[in-house]
Amino acid sequence: MKTISRIIVGALATLLLAACAAPKAPEGPAELVVMTHDSFAISEALVTQFEAEHNAKLTFLPSGDTGSALNRAILTKKSPSADVFYGVDNTFLSRALEEELFEAYESPLLEEIDVAFQMDAFNRALPVNYGDVCINYDKAYFVEKGLAVPGSLDDLLKPEYNGLLAVENPATSSPGLAFLLATVAQYGAEGFTDYWTALRNNGLVVVNDWETAYYGNFSGSSGRGPQPMVVSYASSPAAEVIFAEQPLSDAPTASIVAPGTCFRQIEFVGILKGTKQRALAEKFVDFMLSVDFQEDVPMQMFVYPVNGQAQLPEEFVQYAQTASQPAELSPVDVAANRESWIQAWDETVLR
Amino acid sequence: MKLSFAKLGRAAMWLLPGLFLLLFFVLPLLRVFGATGEDLAGGGLTWEALRRAVRPLGFTFYQAALSTLATLAIGLPAAYVFGRFDFPGKRRLRTLVSLPFILPTVVAAAGFNALLGPRGWVNLGLMNLLGLEQPPIIFLNTLGAILLAHVFYNTTIILRVVGGAWEGLDTRVEQAARALGASPWRTLWEVTLPLLRPAIFSATLLVFLFDFTSFGVILLLGGPSFATLEVEIYIQALHMLNLPQAGLLSAVQLVCTLAVTLIYLRLEARRSVPLAPRLRGEGLRRPKGWREKLLVAGMSALLILLVVAPLGALALRSVSRLEADRGQRGEVQTGLTLDYYRELFINRRGSFFYVPPAEAARNSLFYALVTTGLSLTFGGLAAYALARRGAGARVMDVLLMLPLGTSAVTLGLGYLLTFNRPPLDVRSFPLLVPIAHSLVALPFVVRTLLPALRSIPPSLRQAAAVLGASPRRVWWEVDWPVLGRAALVGAVFAFTISMGEFGATTFLANPEYPTLPVAIFRFLSQPGATNYGQAMAMATLLLLVCAAGVLLLERFQEGKEW
Repeated sequence: MKTISRIIVGALATLLLAACAAPKAPEGPAELVVMTHDSFAISEALVTQFEAEHNAKLTFLPSGDTGSALNRAILTKKSPSADVFYGVDNTFLSRALEEELFEAYESPLLEEIDVAFQMDAFNRALPVNYGDVCINYDKAYFVEKGLAVPGSLDDLLKPEYNGLLAVENPATSSPGLAFLLATVAQYGAEGFTDYWTALRNNGLVVVNDWETAYYGNFSGSSGRGPQPMVVSYASSPAAEVIFAEQPLSDAPTASIVAPGTCFRQIEFVGILKGTKQRALAEKFVDFMLSVDFQEDVPMQMFVYPVNGQAQLPEEFVQYAQTASQPAELSPVDVAANRESWIQAWDETVLR
Repeated sequence: MKLSFAKLGRAAMWLLPGLFLLLFFVLPLLRVFGATGEDLAGGGLTWEALRRAVRPLGFTFYQAALSTLATLAIGLPAAYVFGRFDFPGKRRLRTLVSLPFILPTVVAAAGFNALLGPRGWVNLGLMNLLGLEQPPIIFLNTLGAILLAHVFYNTTIILRVVGGAWEGLDTRVEQAARALGASPWRTLWEVTLPLLRPAIFSATLLVFLFDFTSFGVILLLGGPSFATLEVEIYIQALHMLNLPQAGLLSAVQLVCTLAVTLIYLRLEARRSVPLAPRLRGEGLRRPKGWREKLLVAGMSALLILLVVAPLGALALRSVSRLEADRGQRGEVQTGLTLDYYRELFINRRGSFFYVPPAEAARNSLFYALVTTGLSLTFGGLAAYALARRGAGARVMDVLLMLPLGTSAVTLGLGYLLTFNRPPLDVRSFPLLVPIAHSLVALPFVVRTLLPALRSIPPSLRQAAAVLGASPRRVWWEVDWPVLGRAALVGAVFAFTISMGEFGATTFLANPEYPTLPVAIFRFLSQPGATNYGQAMAMATLLLLVCAAGVLLLERFQEGKEW
């Protein structure tokens, strides 16, 4: 027994020591904590540049996917663990605003940004980047079969496209939800379930997540799956070129960008209420909207900059497409009906 | 002084694990339920909300029961083979079977995809062979895929817990039964199985609870038409931001776990026969005769097929490309390449979040070792406290099992709510990750240690003490030889659980210390051929690091024994 007692006392002492040795607050440069979703990425050089210019230390706090990160911000809003939050999108925007997470900040750089992106009139959430969720298709398949590429959502119901489309479950995947919203915008809250019934009857394949759909089902990716069409991003074809194993002269895939077939996701940044670094947080928001950061966005996160003065990289100009007329739904509408639309979709497509 | 140390020790057996659970399990959960309960009480708790919990609840029980039965059907014969026979390659096979346990489900799903998916090796082979246009085997998004993946993951639990106990059985009891004229079957039924009962019950409970709270397997391999409670919680909490509904579902899940654990304790309470386990190797022998040889060979082949096939498909995928020539379809050309591994070491886009593989491996190993230390310390103490039985022991026993049946999402949210101030701050206190891992590992450690501890007859300790052995020597010479093997099993579980855990880590992960699973996920979430290849390469590295860790642990224990 004695030995055990000694071990226990020893362990106790070690634990206490460990608790006391917890990191102390650093001195010197002011620390700015930025909470983001896991897909956030930035060049190392830009981080260093910002830190040097403002005598600051940037700490990023990746907190899971968009939903997880937002949840974290909401749950900790009484004692926020960050100063800035980046990554709330237009489908979650009005929820974030309802929760009053953000302090308003009218950045001077908003002038350089198209007003269509500025969805919060009070500038509590400021747009940073956007991306279109569109159907990607395997170019070679359509050439080989002599098939025309579908030009509208209605086209997808034609018998020649039977069994060719894979989509993600909107309850578990954000591109899946975006595509559902595109159909709601097109056919209305009353009619969209009829469209999905028809789609289901035309051999629709549904999986839970983007990874499975893109790598498992899609024939245009390196997974070489059975379906030549998949719901993905309009920038995915450019990524296929950039991440190809051998240099490619042309993208193996392309996006269907016909009017009404895509849904535009816009991502926002906001200063979290209760920050003690308001001035530095403003500087960081300005930095995210500035041309330097905006030009970094495409190659790091595969989305488009909202700042009109930012130049796009070569691969984006050539292979990434943007929707000419993406489907439109107001964030308020989406927030109010998200759950019931997903429920209706679930009952139409899965049961 | 001596006396006070002993008293302190006994109190600590109760206090330390108890405090650990209160602080890191009960408190965060209460915070979540407190936060969601207000909304529920304020009109959110409707019949509609309850009704929507019923369908996933039924399916959760259904698939967990089926999966547990399937796992037992393979695991028990395997445990017999491992507990009774010595054969070449046994240790390596045992290590191999424990590897699935570490795989984050994203990777396991990728492995099954590489093997049985629409363009997996099997379907590719069959399509080439038979000249088919479409893959002949449909595996993904079926109940079969869920069951197979659960068997793949959990066979190691039965093998280690029951196989370990079987190895330690005193063969003389069986020999006595045979000498008294019992047939082999009767001996098995009336002597061996009753002696193994505690181990079998423990293993079955662990497997059932693991399947019960299954999340990634259901989501990724089962597809959209199957939803367990855990999947519903994830959807409600993170995609609908409907925390009250998620809280309600978590409560339902917790109550079910509680009920299952209580039933188990009821069954287990029938006192087991204290029968000193034999030291390593006494009951083991080489297989004799064609029947035994066939059984050993067949069982090994089955385990290899079950485990090696998906893992091998994964490793093979990490060194091969599947590139059709541009503009061509159908014929998929394969070639070998080490490009994916080379790319892992290059930060091509100068990204701030680039994770060097060696660093990720180091972080994973650090967390896994801390988890092993924490769960062996607290688990060992708890096992000693529980071995004494009594009302307090029962409460602690139940409490220890609950983390296994708790939604990782809910617990993760609870951590965020509770630990947001220094020194216990999710952001700056790096030990929260291994602490969360330890919660999952604790039930395994306790459930493996406890049967071993209870099997030591008190008379043995008393005899040693009477013969003049100091308490320390009694522990070292009587307890440890029996406990050592069980502790090893517990350590392997703790180590592997921590290496592969992904759920809690996504909430708590300190961006400065990314782990291997986090790095794998980063690659998998972007399009492009090299990203997919790099994810497979990183997963293969995870397998290798973990296999090395498990082999090392086993060797370490062997050196200790003699």
